[in-house]
Amino acid sequence: MPQITPPDPTLQGLQARLLDFHHALRDAGVGVAISDGMDAMRATTHIDLLDREVFREALAATLTSAPSHRVAFDTLFDIYFPRTHALPGEEEAPAGTPGAPDGPPLEPMAFLSDLIAQLMEGDDAALRRMAQEAVGQFGRVENADGSNSYFAYRVYRHFNLRGLLRRLLQEAGIEDQDDLVSRLAADEFEARLRRFREEIDAEIRRRQVESRGAEAIARRAVRPLPEDVDFFSITADEQAHMRRAVRPLARKLATRLAVKRKRARDGTFDIRRTLRRSLGTGGVPIDPAFKSRKIHRPELILICDVSGSVAAFAKFTLMFTHALQGQFSKVRSFAFIDTVDEVTHLFEDGDFGRGMARMTDEADLVWLDGHSDYGHAFEVFAQRYATAVTARSTVLVLGDARNNYRAANVWALKEIATKAKRTFWLNPEPALQWDSGDSIARDYAAVCDQMVECRNLGQLAEFVEQIA
Amino acid sequence: MFVPADPAPSQRPPVSSDNHSGEFTGLPDTEARLEAVGYLPSTSIATTTYLADRLAKPVLVEGPAGVGKTELAKAVAAAKNARLVRLQCYEGLDEAKALYEWNYSKQLLRIQAAQGSDRVWEQTHEDIFSREFLLTRPLLEAISVDTPTVLLIDEIDKVDFEFEALLLEILSDFQVTIPELGTVAAVHQPYVVLTSNSTRELSEALKRRCLFLHIDYPEVEREKAIVMAKVPEVPEALADQLVRVVRSLRNLELKKSPSISESLDWARTLMALGYDSLNSEVAISTLNVVLKYQADLDKAIKHLDVPPDPSLN
Repeated sequence: MPQITPPDPTLQGLQARLLDFHHALRDAGVGVAISDGMDAMRATTHIDLLDREVFREALAATLTSAPSHRVAFDTLFDIYFPRTHALPGEEEAPAGTPGAPDGPPLEPMAFLSDLIAQLMEGDDAALRRMAQEAVGQFGRVENADGSNSYFAYRVYRHFNLRGLLRRLLQEAGIEDQDDLVSRLAADEFEARLRRFREEIDAEIRRRQVESRGAEAIARRAVRPLPEDVDFFSITADEQAHMRRAVRPLARKLATRLAVKRKRARDGTFDIRRTLRRSLGTGGVPIDPAFKSRKIHRPELILICDVSGSVAAFAKFTLMFTHALQGQFSKVRSFAFIDTVDEVTHLFEDGDFGRGMARMTDEADLVWLDGHSDYGHAFEVFAQRYATAVTARSTVLVLGDARNNYRAANVWALKEIATKAKRTFWLNPEPALQWDSGDSIARDYAAVCDQMVECRNLGQLAEFVEQIA
Repeated sequence: MFVPADPAPSQRPPVSSDNHSGEFTGLPDTEARLEAVGYLPSTSIATTTYLADRLAKPVLVEGPAGVGKTELAKAVAAAKNARLVRLQCYEGLDEAKALYEWNYSKQLLRIQAAQGSDRVWEQTHEDIFSREFLLTRPLLEAISVDTPTVLLIDEIDKVDFEFEALLLEILSDFQVTIPELGTVAAVHQPYVVLTSNSTRELSEALKRRCLFLHIDYPEVEREKAIVMAKVPEVPEALADQLVRVVRSLRNLELKKSPSISESLDWARTLMALGYDSLNSEVAISTLNVVLKYQADLDKAIKHLDVPPDPSLN
């Protein structure tokens, strides 16, 4: 293939590398403006480039602008500016030399006991060395052409990390200790094992980059940014991030739905306060005061599908619900599968995990067979909870509108929508798939103010933004 | 909101240019000077603080409450021997409170004093729109003084978008236009620190003008060092234990995660009660210093009480 952009001959070494790095960041979705890139270049002239941590932080300060970008940034940084020598003073491992095995073969059991000893010690440098050895020893696959590939799962197959944690706890003999001491020891070992796992991942990436080049690896190594991750394919780490990110969105939604406080000047003239203010100006009423309008706190009613087909989304919606409860004066949440029940009180104590568990145990959500039945759920809602909806309430329905070919009962939703101030529907399915198969999204959308596709945090933020 | 720490700027003696400007000369220098004023920076904090000085860009500091964002600005001011001007943001903050305002009462007095005398109106008009009748607010103050200044714009995420736009002009050009007076440009560009609890997304334009620093809860070692620096009478073993407990609590889903200042409070409490080591009984009986909600407290006690079950995902 012909090369379209010839490399700029004036750009060499660090500058060229930085530029590649910017492009990779941009490809990963981290918005890097041209001015950011220039700042990064300027920054490199002020720091000690041999200090990798300082270099990393300098680039992070200039190139990222949100904590959620940091994972992608760190991954790419390791790819574009890899650590070649593990640590000063440490022997450089002939890592990734094709064909050549890394040192003498290790006895797995001996390695394991060595690893446990190091994990007990908790020395970072030693852990890194162990990770490098482990990858070289257990993670390698020989390809047909004689080259090597390395895979993390092969390493983990040799030692089950959870089992390792249990053994560490046993070795430390913490059963006999005070509860607090054993809790701290367990936390500590968990942290060390995480560290070890990170080292293994980093080492594998390093070897991949060595054999195939940064560009090839960068494209695959970076997970989508947290705000772009599908609610359906979320990892445990991302879930934690999500929980943090959802909270400000909930707060924003609350302020968006509330009457804006700064419009207080719309109120009528306040003579008393104006006169008092005029004392400072010798009785001249130079700064008029206005009565502020009464702010009607919005009430929110959430109706969420929590059936199996949208389980991942349901988890998120409940997280969102949970966050919302702290922000509105009044939030009532209802969950349904094929019938509906109020779950507000289950999430009141602020413990999300326990709320989830209590919902499965206590709430009455299954009527017939546990397949989503929007029609029946709306019907029951309209009969039983109609009084909850007032002219001040905003109704938020969350679900995929896949009704398993049952009666839609659009009238029930319409009844709810007419009583409410506004009705929105967040649908986790791509809009293209609406109305395919058993989805009756458009039927319901017709009676809502708006139905929006909402399958990641970015889209949720967009929704919250535009309902101002 | 804004406390003028000094008399009016015009009354200060001019600072000669060879007076050391307080600029950081290098990363080790930055670290040393921050430490000297009692702030123990991590690598990322020190690097960003130093670069902000070098690149003459504002720093946008984000992170959970109580990790030392505002402290950092104060420490930079102390380390650079500069004056700290603080603008506390809140919803509804406007130009008049942040930038400048005309001193109406003084203007009125001036007008009244002019009545009866044979001064022409034009003359009076000139007078009442001069610097004398201008009340400088933090932002104008920070750019109009000629001494090293650290401008702290605290909780920028609380202000409205309109105000953020106003800041853009000041942060990139360091100048303010006052219609009656003309443009006031900074003689001495202030070192600007903006803090945010990320309750809302800031505009791209603002972010682009700033270096970004995310301060998270410190690593165990650094927090231990902070505890020992601020509460020197705490024995190292106790500091180590309590910092680890606090870290363990931060992993829980709490309404209000314990911040550094709560670690310090706890250390002081334990010292006052005469404990020099922690066990679960002592921890549980004093946890109310660290956690501020009953629900959090219940959860924490359960967390510390239950023998750990390996949970690595």
